[in-house]
Amino acid sequence: MADLNDLYQEIILDHSKRPRNRVALEQPTHSAEGYNPLCGDRVTVQLKMENGRVAAVGFQGVGCAISTASASLMTDAIKGKTAEEAESTFEKFHSLLTKELPAVTDLGKLAVFSGVREYPMRVKCATLAWHTLRAALRSENQPVSTE
Amino acid sequence: MSSRVQLVETALPFDVDRIREDFPILREKVHGKPLVYLDNAATTQKPRAVLDALMDYYSHYNANVHRAVHLLSTRATEGCDRVREKVCRFLNAASTNEIIFTRGATDSLNLVAYTYGRQNIRAGDEVLVSGLEHHSNIVPWQMLCLEKGAHLRVVQIDDRGLIPLDEFENALNERTRVVALAHVSNALGTVNPLAEMIEMVHRLGAVVVVDGAQAVPHMPVDVGALDADFYAFSGHKLFGPTGIGVLYGKEALLETMPPFEGGGEMIRSVTFEKTEYNVLPYKFEAGTPDIAGIIGLGAAIDYVSGLGLTRVAEYESELLDHATDAISRLKGVEIIGTAPHKASVISFIIDGVHPHDVGTILDREGIAVRTGHHCAQPVMDRFQIAATTRASFAFYNTTSEVDSLVAGIHKVQEFFS
Repeated sequence: MADLNDLYQEIILDHSKRPRNRVALEQPTHSAEGYNPLCGDRVTVQLKMENGRVAAVGFQGVGCAISTASASLMTDAIKGKTAEEAESTFEKFHSLLTKELPAVTDLGKLAVFSGVREYPMRVKCATLAWHTLRAALRSENQPVSTE
Repeated sequence: MSSRVQLVETALPFDVDRIREDFPILREKVHGKPLVYLDNAATTQKPRAVLDALMDYYSHYNANVHRAVHLLSTRATEGCDRVREKVCRFLNAASTNEIIFTRGATDSLNLVAYTYGRQNIRAGDEVLVSGLEHHSNIVPWQMLCLEKGAHLRVVQIDDRGLIPLDEFENALNERTRVVALAHVSNALGTVNPLAEMIEMVHRLGAVVVVDGAQAVPHMPVDVGALDADFYAFSGHKLFGPTGIGVLYGKEALLETMPPFEGGGEMIRSVTFEKTEYNVLPYKFEAGTPDIAGIIGLGAAIDYVSGLGLTRVAEYESELLDHATDAISRLKGVEIIGTAPHKASVISFIIDGVHPHDVGTILDREGIAVRTGHHCAQPVMDRFQIAATTRASFAFYNTTSEVDSLVAGIHKVQEFFS
């Protein structure tokens, strides 16, 4: 099952079994809920922005291994970043999953998701948390609803 | 042709290996492995007879129907008429006037909601749906109730995936106008005791709209014996092409209903002042029908009738027993939906593994299953799960394919252990 291991790399399995930052933040400044109608998975992403940077981030929800690991690794990746930097990381991450030859090298651990490219039906799993993050970042400091 | 098939039916046991040869796609390889197609509740594969019928129509008599005096149009028209007669016999309807060609079961159910429903449901009335329904037998009624100020009532299922008959009866009252019921649940496989339920509804004077999409591929259906008011199914789940479906409706009801869509075919005469509608069944068939789809559906009905749906049901019941037995022995695997009378569907969940991951790993083994909510989110909510993995069988599946599924589940568990 060599090719399955390309999809489910060790880091992905690890983060899916032991997700980091799967917590509810006490006083988030930004929040959004994401929904994948294909599988019914829901994820909530909460952020605490301080001085224009991500001071704290948490996610909640239960999903497949790919979506859980992606949410977990995303939270690690965006800590300390500005909103623009986080969105730019998402763009690079998205190209990694969808483009033929990604000219992306600075994604760090997120590069483990390159195998998802071979599974087009799973791209949405890997991007659910990121789409939700973007919605949260653009939520303009709205009062937070956990809805 | 039919007498020869009859002979085969009575003389030989159910020869699944020979039947598989009729389905070209079953020789396909997936990721280098033989295809094990267990997603038949989503759509079924097509026998060569259906593929040939489509090719024959487009190669030899493609023309529009009911339009022209030329030979090809005559042949196409006669071909469609013959299929309507076939469907009529297949469902044991009283007349071909009761057989309406649609795009599929969803289209059929919407037709009833938009015509009978709009005409007969008023503010304060009730539409009863079951907790087993596919979204296509919920949403049209929800939309109608919203429009009319009517109430959508739900009778919930129990832990086995059964509608308790006493609760069903209690949910009916003098305000109930329509009851929307699946014959067979697509997500769990539960077969509803339809005749009994329909009798309860008729005692109160309401009509029953049956979603038969998951029933007709697996068992003989007799709308007359069931006394169903409306019965919907899709061609593509009956080994026919996509894009064609059927609505059966009692003639007396169809006569009183307004048309669904306006256009060609459904009219008798048109002036800018007034349009006179066509007679049944054409009143409900606006526009050029899916002629090839109708022809293909006819070939599919011939094919399954040749096998004999009683024998199909017996064979699939053995297959389901084999699969249920094997899967229920697996540690960490739970079957969702354990009704005593089921069609050949097994929905299950594996501890600690999301159905999407199950689906991907099984796919690498060549095994096609459905993972997700199966367009029946209320069923998932009832069991407090987001999704299941669903294996759904047809008569061309084998016990060795069931064994491949079981081996696949073992691989999933090893991979995520």
